[in-house]
Amino acid sequence: MFSLEGITTNVQDWLLMKFNPTMALAIECVIVILLSISLFAILGLVLVLMERKVAAHIQIRLGPNRVGPGGMFQTVADTLKLIMKEGLTPDKADKFLFNLAPFVVMMVGMLLLAPIAFAKNFQIWDINIGVLYISSVSSLSVIGILMAGWASNNKYSLLGAMRSGAQIVSYELSAGFAVLTIVVLTGSLQISEIINAQQNGWWIFKGHIPAVIAFVLYIIAVTAETNRAPFDLAEAESELTAGFHTEYSGMRFALFFLAEYINIFIVCAIGATLFFGGWMPLHIGNWEAFNHLMDYIPSSVWFMGKTFFLIFLIMWFRWTFPRLRVDQLLNLEWKYLLPISLFNLLLVAVITILGWHF
Amino acid sequence: MFLKEYITDVVTGVTSLLKGMRKTGYYFTHPKEIITEQYPDNRATLLMSDRFKGEVVMPHDANNEHTCTGCTACELACPNGTIKVVTKFETSPEGKKKKAIDALVYRLELCTMCNLCIVACPSDAIKMAPNFEHSVFDRTKLTKVLNQPGSKIREGIE
Repeated sequence: MFSLEGITTNVQDWLLMKFNPTMALAIECVIVILLSISLFAILGLVLVLMERKVAAHIQIRLGPNRVGPGGMFQTVADTLKLIMKEGLTPDKADKFLFNLAPFVVMMVGMLLLAPIAFAKNFQIWDINIGVLYISSVSSLSVIGILMAGWASNNKYSLLGAMRSGAQIVSYELSAGFAVLTIVVLTGSLQISEIINAQQNGWWIFKGHIPAVIAFVLYIIAVTAETNRAPFDLAEAESELTAGFHTEYSGMRFALFFLAEYINIFIVCAIGATLFFGGWMPLHIGNWEAFNHLMDYIPSSVWFMGKTFFLIFLIMWFRWTFPRLRVDQLLNLEWKYLLPISLFNLLLVAVITILGWHF
Repeated sequence: MFLKEYITDVVTGVTSLLKGMRKTGYYFTHPKEIITEQYPDNRATLLMSDRFKGEVVMPHDANNEHTCTGCTACELACPNGTIKVVTKFETSPEGKKKKAIDALVYRLELCTMCNLCIVACPSDAIKMAPNFEHSVFDRTKLTKVLNQPGSKIREGIE
């Protein structure tokens, strides 16, 4: 049966056979870096195409259908175009920060990749504070956005960046509380343990209503955190031209664009891990035959399937809901999501203490 | 009381969002609803709506007869001088002189498809056609004579 675990074990055995342990570790690091960069590139291409296709079908259109079969190479052509374009730096911009900002945003995405379990025993770094690491690192992306907005020396960029700052700082709270719900249920911050705890059923089924509420809160909060519609105030084409990346062009714009999709992938991967059991196949109680059948589907397929389902959900939101105003945005967080998530956390704590979950 | 309002707010908000998602989800899962016309590919089967205003034409029947009396109402109605009616006098077999059109000159490049000439025409001699492929390499080709060569007015039209 296909498994990524076997490949990694073989590679490590071979490296340890050929080189000394330090050298083997260095080579493994290089392989991991290359793999994550290529994952980013592929994800960028696939997700942009998926977004355009989903948007088109929701709006009763066809979407890109000219380049390649069914428009498959549209995003490749777009990337080629963006690479060819001139990367202009405005005259009065803070050159250093302006050029640094896209890389900071990308770097945050790369850091977040570390604790995600892509398949059974296929994880870059199974850190024991995985969830804490994710929620702390993900808030760093606001630095890159503020940097871009400030260094552009453009009022629209600055407004967009400031909005984005207010938004990410507020929505971090309810995203954190939603994550905390699962941490309370599992009793561990480690990603692998959270997944193992879902062996006999995913948390969204086992955790009753609080887990469902937490999932809804999580999806809303991360949609806001990734600056996507209906919370795309930071970009708000109709008001701020393009928000914080107004002045960016060529490949640096492409990096921002890519970072947006990478962030979506990462938050959806985390959501899938916490609520839908990551790579864990669908197991129902004690249906032995059914559980065994489900185990035959490779764990990487389960993980990707769940993640892409959540990505589709977020895209569905984007093409259905109208954009919020800034005051409505903050109202939603501070008057609705935060009280509900606090109450939900209390509820889940009671359920866990009394052992009411399965 | 406050709590009740708060909860109804949340519930109505969520249900209205779900209604929207149901609609878009329906469109997503029903590709037959797609309204995109892939134009150059579907030229053969392209359906234009009846009210589409592409250019002014003068319908002729099988005997090469039209119903234009040469009254110049369309020329007077046209706001930007698109139509020019050139009239002549025909002598009927009984020796009576009758006004008829020599040429109804229509300049497509000036036309705004405002439909005023069609409304003004007392004998329904001209109408709008749903034809929109007007591109030519020479703009003199846009000046058209609407009545066909050798055509004449139908009997009984005054």
